[in-house]
Amino acid sequence: MNIFDMTIYELHSALKDKQLSSVEATTAMLERIKSVEPQVGSFITVTAAGALAAATAADRQIAAGECTLLTGIPLAIKDIFLTEGVLTTCGSRILENFVPPYSATSWKKLEGRGAVLLGKLNQDEFAMGSSNESSAYGITRNPWDTSCIPGGSSGGSAAAVAAGEAIATLGTDTGGSIRQPASHCGCVGLKPTYGRVSRYGVIAYASSLDQVGPLTRDVADCAAMLGVIAGHDPMDSTSVDTPVPDYAASLTKGVKGLKIGLPKEYFIAGLDPDVQRAMDAAIETYRRLGAEFVDISLPHTDYAVATYYLIATAEASSNLARYDGVRFGHRADADCLLDMYNKSRSEGFGVEVKRRIMLGTYALSSGYYDAYYVKAQKVRTLIMNDFMATFANVDIMLTPVAPTPAFKIGEKVNDPLQMYLSDIFTIPVNLAGTCAMSLPAGFSNSGLPIGLQLIGKPFDEETVLRAGYAFEQATEWHLRKATI
Amino acid sequence: MKYQPVIGLEVHVQLLTDTKIFCGCSTKFGAEPNSQTCPVCLGLPGALPVLNKKVVEFAIKAGLSTNCSITPRSLFARKNYFYPDLPKGYQISQFEDPICQWGWLDILVEGQETKRIRITRIHMEEDAGKLVHGELSGPGDGSGVDLNRACTPLLEVVSEPDLRSSDEAVVYLKQLHEIVTWLGICDGNMEEGSFRCDANVSVMPIGSATLGTRAEIKNVNSFKFVKQAIEYEIRRQIDLIEDGGAVVQETRLFDPDSGTTRSMRSKEEAHDYRYFPDPDLVPLVISDDWIERSRRELPELPEQRQRRFIADLGLTLYDAEVLTSSRALADYFEAGVAAGGNAKAVSNWTMGEITRALNDSGVSIEACPVAPGQLAELLKLIDIGTISGKIAKTVFEEMWKSGKTPQSIVEEQGLVQVSDSGAIESIIDEILAANAGQVAEYRGGKEKVFGFFVGLVMKASRGKANPSVVNELLLSKLKG
Repeated sequence: MNIFDMTIYELHSALKDKQLSSVEATTAMLERIKSVEPQVGSFITVTAAGALAAATAADRQIAAGECTLLTGIPLAIKDIFLTEGVLTTCGSRILENFVPPYSATSWKKLEGRGAVLLGKLNQDEFAMGSSNESSAYGITRNPWDTSCIPGGSSGGSAAAVAAGEAIATLGTDTGGSIRQPASHCGCVGLKPTYGRVSRYGVIAYASSLDQVGPLTRDVADCAAMLGVIAGHDPMDSTSVDTPVPDYAASLTKGVKGLKIGLPKEYFIAGLDPDVQRAMDAAIETYRRLGAEFVDISLPHTDYAVATYYLIATAEASSNLARYDGVRFGHRADADCLLDMYNKSRSEGFGVEVKRRIMLGTYALSSGYYDAYYVKAQKVRTLIMNDFMATFANVDIMLTPVAPTPAFKIGEKVNDPLQMYLSDIFTIPVNLAGTCAMSLPAGFSNSGLPIGLQLIGKPFDEETVLRAGYAFEQATEWHLRKATI
Repeated sequence: MKYQPVIGLEVHVQLLTDTKIFCGCSTKFGAEPNSQTCPVCLGLPGALPVLNKKVVEFAIKAGLSTNCSITPRSLFARKNYFYPDLPKGYQISQFEDPICQWGWLDILVEGQETKRIRITRIHMEEDAGKLVHGELSGPGDGSGVDLNRACTPLLEVVSEPDLRSSDEAVVYLKQLHEIVTWLGICDGNMEEGSFRCDANVSVMPIGSATLGTRAEIKNVNSFKFVKQAIEYEIRRQIDLIEDGGAVVQETRLFDPDSGTTRSMRSKEEAHDYRYFPDPDLVPLVISDDWIERSRRELPELPEQRQRRFIADLGLTLYDAEVLTSSRALADYFEAGVAAGGNAKAVSNWTMGEITRALNDSGVSIEACPVAPGQLAELLKLIDIGTISGKIAKTVFEEMWKSGKTPQSIVEEQGLVQVSDSGAIESIIDEILAANAGQVAEYRGGKEKVFGFFVGLVMKASRGKANPSVVNELLLSKLKG
């Protein structure tokens, strides 16, 4: 077996049994990166020297018998996470020279367990996009078909897992940015409940929606990663102080008697037939495993995309004000302050980011605030209520992740509305603040992965992971590898 | 036509917390630029605010002391604008649902009548940093940004437009100043900007029901300037209207050097701050228990203390007012009384000798070298006749300088008052003998000369002769 195809658990046991050292594993990963990067483009920065140093330290720990599940495991993280001393661009030119003085809590937790950082992954600029085409550092290609997009905005995080460039990765999900690329690249991606994982040190796009989560090769790895990064952080007022369960321990409990809701608004006429077929098969699998299905309705689903593009852009317009050229990041030459602001921001931000800043600024403007921002918040409450009311009757929900498999590079770049609609099934979950996971559930006729979304109750990642694990045990979709 | 000025004040109160409102950095004034900063107050990407509980406690205290209702669920909002001293591009403040609402202060106008000034709201917010121009090391003469002050906690106290003159504005402002310093939540230092105010001023014809267009005057940082700025602005607006012009809504800057205000930006240039609730901070929920606990912890406020000084200690209104001009002064006075000093005497000495000595030496009452207990001891020595009031002043000076107890000074310097009539009588006899001419004058009806003899006797006794014994004996000898 190739080292770069291993799961966390597989590599961990190889390291623990001294069949392999972390330096060897890390070297193998770096070589793999070198060989596939020209075709994939998952990374913005590869931190080879740092990775080898961390691997050496990990090997010492393993030798001393002080080994966690993650000790010596080569990981990579989206370039939205601050990493002390390592360039952090968030896919934007405006942060082309930003080397942060501190690290994100979620990465610090992984690092604290001995994980090795291979580098920082490509993404849509400021996490704004569904295709990884808005990065200032080049596009990322789908390892299953390099003429296709990997999804976004955590496209690099998904592509790296699929292409064997990292054992597991971290991404962020504001409207589907973990689940949609996971679906398109055939990996497991979890968006935890809002408040489950600290946002400290994660560059903000839309603060009330952003959440950190893992992208992995299987559900067990996903549970392990979540167990490490979850939990209250005194540095993030919105992180919630509830105990972190032992996710790995409950994986094997099965789905017998589990009530799964099928929201009719997610099984629409325009759904790609391959996706529909994969969903039908998945439902059949769960039935066989003893789960019960309930037809449900989330009546405000239609308004989710519009609501999202008001709330997310409003928050983004404010969150991105700090990139002003004064203290860090790109600063343009100019004769006066106003010119400096205008030029720095004009040069530093890409088209999609500018579009969203404009949208959000408009939504918050005096005279329009009530009609747009306040109205959107009210609709958000209705969408949230849809979910909470339905969860009184079901344990989880099953839906497609995206209406189609990965589309072609360039296909939607000039049609923002079509692009925005690719997140139609993932956005409502962010608005409701609850958790959801994408896991491999089949392939299209042309061989592109198709993901299944399991949506759970707030802070009930346990049930989502358990249901995902049961499905994975009953199917082999997750074992197929991209042939890059 | 006569005009009625209408004034509302927005007062910024910098809170005396050790750390900033949303991070753990120190709030100490005067440190090396940017030495008291962290990712949060630098507004670095990924940094998030965490509310300092002390700020909430101080805000609740301020609200309860100004008769406000405390909002059970209040929100933080972002005020968006670009400026180099504002690292995030927005200020975290409160907009809808501020922590305190609907309060009031009763002020005394023209010394007699009480007038209620309504307080619209008190909200919490973070301060910005500051720009440093032309004092930078290195090449060029650019501007620098010092973010030590960024994220320092402020309260903004907003009044209704209930004030009708510059005098009323100053009385209101002084009362508010007294409350926040009394509560110990602000050092009240106006020069350093710890207590600063913007004034909204308009004028309307007397009897009119419609308010005039207002101008907001910024940067007024002393009581004197508030009076000056408002008076200038009232005059300017009246002149403008009388000349057929109209007041425009704008922000004006007060220039302390010329005592005038000048336009800073018009309504059209005003920022659209695009306020919205800050998604990084959860709603602030304040329980009834918390409010009640704060209420119990409130110190007795100046007004209540004045009433008690008058009713229980028999002070005059004037004395009570002077003694409660600061909490430390009132504490000093009360400690003196508690140590057994006569209230009237402690009051006189606190307002007289003590205040004078403090002023002369530039020492604050908190650092007064004569402890209130020592003052009480000194006053007791007068009461029991050990020393005279006059000698007491000499003893006080020595206590101030050396820190010794009044008893030891009196003993060491032999200042015990002489009441022995025999000893005094012999001094008087000598003096009368030596000043026969003046004795004749007195006896001839020129009674003013009496004081001359008292002076000589006191001088000869080095001030120790008991004045009432001296008076009595002298009178009988002269009349004799």
